[in-house]
Amino acid sequence: MNFESEKTFVKFEKIDKSYDGEVLVVKNLNLDIAKGEFVTMLGPSGSGKTTTLMMLAGFETPTNGEIFLDGMPISKIPPYEREIGMVFQNYALFPHMTVQENLAFPLEVRKLSKEETKEKVQKALDMVELGDFGTRFPAQLSGGQQQRVALARALVFEPRLVLMDEPLGALDKNLREQMQYEIKHIHDRIGITVVYVTHDQSEALTMSNRIAVFNDGVVQQLSTPDILYEKPENSFVAQFIGENNRMSGTIKSMENNYCSVELEKGAGIVKALKVNVGGVGDKTQLSVRPERVSLGSDGSGENVFTGKVEELIYLGDHIRVRLDVCGNNEFIVKVPNEGSFNYNEGDSIKLNWNPDDIRALDPLN
Amino acid sequence: MEVIISTTQLLTTDGIPLKQSLKKAERKNKIRAFLLVFPLLLFIFVTFVMPIGDMLLRSVDDAQINTVFPKTFEEFNKWDREKDKLPPEVVYRTLFEELATGEKIQIGRALTRMNYSKSGWKSLIKKTSREIKKMTRKGMVPESYKETLIEINKDWGDPTFWYSMSQMVNKQTPIYYWNAIDRTYDQDQNVIMQDEKRRIYVQTWFKTLKVSVYVTFFCLILGFPVAHLLANLPLRYSNLLMIFVLLPFWTSLLVRTTAWIVMLQQKGVINGVLVWLGVLSDDGRLQMVYNETGTLIAMTQILLPFMILPLYSVMKVIPKSHMRAAQNLGAKPALAFWKVYLPQTIPGMSAGGLLVFVLAIGYFITPELVGGKDGKLIGSWIAFHLKTTLNWGLCAALGAILLAVMLVFYWLYNKIVGIDNIKLG
Repeated sequence: MNFESEKTFVKFEKIDKSYDGEVLVVKNLNLDIAKGEFVTMLGPSGSGKTTTLMMLAGFETPTNGEIFLDGMPISKIPPYEREIGMVFQNYALFPHMTVQENLAFPLEVRKLSKEETKEKVQKALDMVELGDFGTRFPAQLSGGQQQRVALARALVFEPRLVLMDEPLGALDKNLREQMQYEIKHIHDRIGITVVYVTHDQSEALTMSNRIAVFNDGVVQQLSTPDILYEKPENSFVAQFIGENNRMSGTIKSMENNYCSVELEKGAGIVKALKVNVGGVGDKTQLSVRPERVSLGSDGSGENVFTGKVEELIYLGDHIRVRLDVCGNNEFIVKVPNEGSFNYNEGDSIKLNWNPDDIRALDPLN
Repeated sequence: MEVIISTTQLLTTDGIPLKQSLKKAERKNKIRAFLLVFPLLLFIFVTFVMPIGDMLLRSVDDAQINTVFPKTFEEFNKWDREKDKLPPEVVYRTLFEELATGEKIQIGRALTRMNYSKSGWKSLIKKTSREIKKMTRKGMVPESYKETLIEINKDWGDPTFWYSMSQMVNKQTPIYYWNAIDRTYDQDQNVIMQDEKRRIYVQTWFKTLKVSVYVTFFCLILGFPVAHLLANLPLRYSNLLMIFVLLPFWTSLLVRTTAWIVMLQQKGVINGVLVWLGVLSDDGRLQMVYNETGTLIAMTQILLPFMILPLYSVMKVIPKSHMRAAQNLGAKPALAFWKVYLPQTIPGMSAGGLLVFVLAIGYFITPELVGGKDGKLIGSWIAFHLKTTLNWGLCAALGAILLAVMLVFYWLYNKIVGIDNIKLG
């Protein structure tokens, strides 16, 4: 699906949010979400992602700016009139109501007929494969089942938009992965717009059409999962998403799309892709993914270095090699286990990478 | 290979029946557990079960008087009322003898009991005793005991006194229970209403119930928002508020009650302020103490923490996201509160309600001090009979009825709300 061309459904325009008038938890947020899109807000805790979600749901008011839903400003609309479904962090299922009553609640509030309510509740329960659990109370369900009930309740009244606030945070790892696929499949099937909040990057990568990486109240990068991983635009994104090897240095020269960077402590000169840097003489942070480094180079070509094997970790499908190279003894390379890897700890090894795979980004402070 | 499966009895490796072996292994633990709780059991038995049992026995006990006039009662039972207007001569004689030889203290106690059945007994017997003592000292033996006694006091010829004696001849009596609800016996052993001017208990019972219900209701109305505030304020504010809630616990009940008198009396703080503000004229000061109003105000304030604390403990664990979720699902705040929040506070409301109600129904000091004449509750009457009239049978009956009323309310509560729904903290 290509959402870029479609009409904007949710629009954050110049949103600022402050709780105490001293610190901005969200700064100048501009974000467009298309209809049917699955957008994830990803970031560490305190980065402003949940606040953004709460502003969309109507539980927080933006200090500045406006949020538009389907072209209409919604700041003045109370939460109960927004027609936005939400899955809460701890599900917020009502413990004194059965599963059916929980699901029927939004329908009864909307004064649907009894038959219609019953039919929709059953349909929603069937959708999350809990058709026989209607008469149970939430406390009688497992964590995963409660999660699904919460999902069904957020969808049963056919909201315009569904928000999910770390919905899988309380589940164990296996169940979490299974639920990720289930939520994704439900999204694909009914085509509803989803805004999802998580701090788990693999969750974000698995489920989303696009991911907004939050840090410090600012969207660092908004992109599809593959671009976010392969072409991070700044050091924070490169570091937050996936594993990467970092090296600091100073820009010596620039030509076309590339720049030459002299590493700290005279550890060598690297040719890197120019992404987010100042001018010659400025500091920069280089980032290269562990799987983009090849070992045992013949010594020709660009960016060839010699390192020492510090540690080998056998992980079955691949071998994780920790190297001391370019003054960085935390340099990780992932080698696919093809049976040809025969180095030992302490060995010297030649390695190289393509200048297109190492990105010169803003220096980290 | 043959596998033997015993369906009747499983054996351990050593061949001992499994159940027997298990019992043996657990016996030690059971004994230890019992020994650990034994002091408490003993304490509860001595301080709780025994006094209540004693009270229940005392409420129907009528044995003492039987030990004072055993022969008289024996002969009295033979009297045929249809045939003779007054008891036969032998009754008069045995009574005469038993009064002449009986212990003074025992007779005194019996007189008090006799007066409950018919007032006038006490003075009648006292006067008679004096005459009898004089006669025995002089060594006089009457020819006809009946005539002698009637001569001493003409009331001995009044059959209604004799009729009332038939209430005393059994070792158990329900009379205290009848008294506790303004009933008594007539001369033919029928239960009738007390004299108009002696009917106090039924109206006091209803007043006690009414005041308890009102106090519970006011505590709920006043306590609910406070508990909600406590549960939702940031910690540093809620701690301060909690101290204000708990402060009454740390102050003597007597001090708090008298403080209310200072506040509420006609020359008191509240009236003073209202007069000063011009809301009331100086001679139109409100009567807020020494009546039911005073009892209600002071009891509500004193019992409020018992409502707030259970409510608070329940509200504390209701996630804030529930109200948000309800609104998100389309319910306006009021509806969300009614449908989602309020039902979850029921365990707290019922625990607080039951606690306040039970405490209020047996309350004594506060109504006694601020209640004046018409604010007195049943507890005051129990104390009055316990200390002043020494009618312990009536005390016990009143107490037993109080206990029964509480049990009925407990049963009702269990039926309606379910006792497993209670939550005290």
